[in-house]
Amino acid sequence: MRVSVQETAFDAGAEANAFTAGLTGAGAVVTFTGIVRDNGGRLAAMEIEHYPGMTERAIAAMVEEASRRWALADALVIHRHGRLEANAPIMMVATASAHRADAFAAAEFLMDYLKSRAPFWKKEIGADGAAWVAAKDEDEAALRRW
Amino acid sequence: MQRIDVLYFAWVRERIGLPRERVETDAATVAGLVAELAAREERYALAFADLTSLRVALDQELADFGASLEGVREVAFFPPMTGG
Repeated sequence: MRVSVQETAFDAGAEANAFTAGLTGAGAVVTFTGIVRDNGGRLAAMEIEHYPGMTERAIAAMVEEASRRWALADALVIHRHGRLEANAPIMMVATASAHRADAFAAAEFLMDYLKSRAPFWKKEIGADGAAWVAAKDEDEAALRRW
Repeated sequence: MQRIDVLYFAWVRERIGLPRERVETDAATVAGLVAELAAREERYALAFADLTSLRVALDQELADFGASLEGVREVAFFPPMTGG
């Protein structure tokens, strides 16, 4: 299990390959990569603020909870902070299990929790100024299914 | 009297104008601390005007505004999180 909160860019393909190469006894790998939407060209960049210390703790707790609920061979969470350009990868989740159902469910669980329970705040920088992204009710509602 | 590090993030930080400060307080709960801070100056009053739009963490764990400050060293105030 690995959690990385980092400012530097990452290569989602290389990370997925390294994650897969390190597995033993798994039959399924699910990966999700989130990228900065350019909002039809209106978004120049995104700034992501976080709470150093709490961020790593909160994500580690989510990964532990996912490991309790599903039979995971391994899990990986990478989440960037700082200034990101449009179309750059923001974050990725990879999960591995013997059969695909556990890996899919754990990846969705981790994504839902990362959205609303990991201390990150996104600010969109556009041609007409900057604005904090508001949390969505549906993201909060998504947690209730778990 | 208790000494607590108070941290602000995102628009709370921008509204108050600083990322963190050390506060001496007699407040027993988060709500008590909020009342003390909001009474200081208008920028604090504005930041804490609507608690439903704020979240709080005590020593890096999410908590609620009724929680006790006993033994707490670090309190953080921030808007709902937007990760992922």
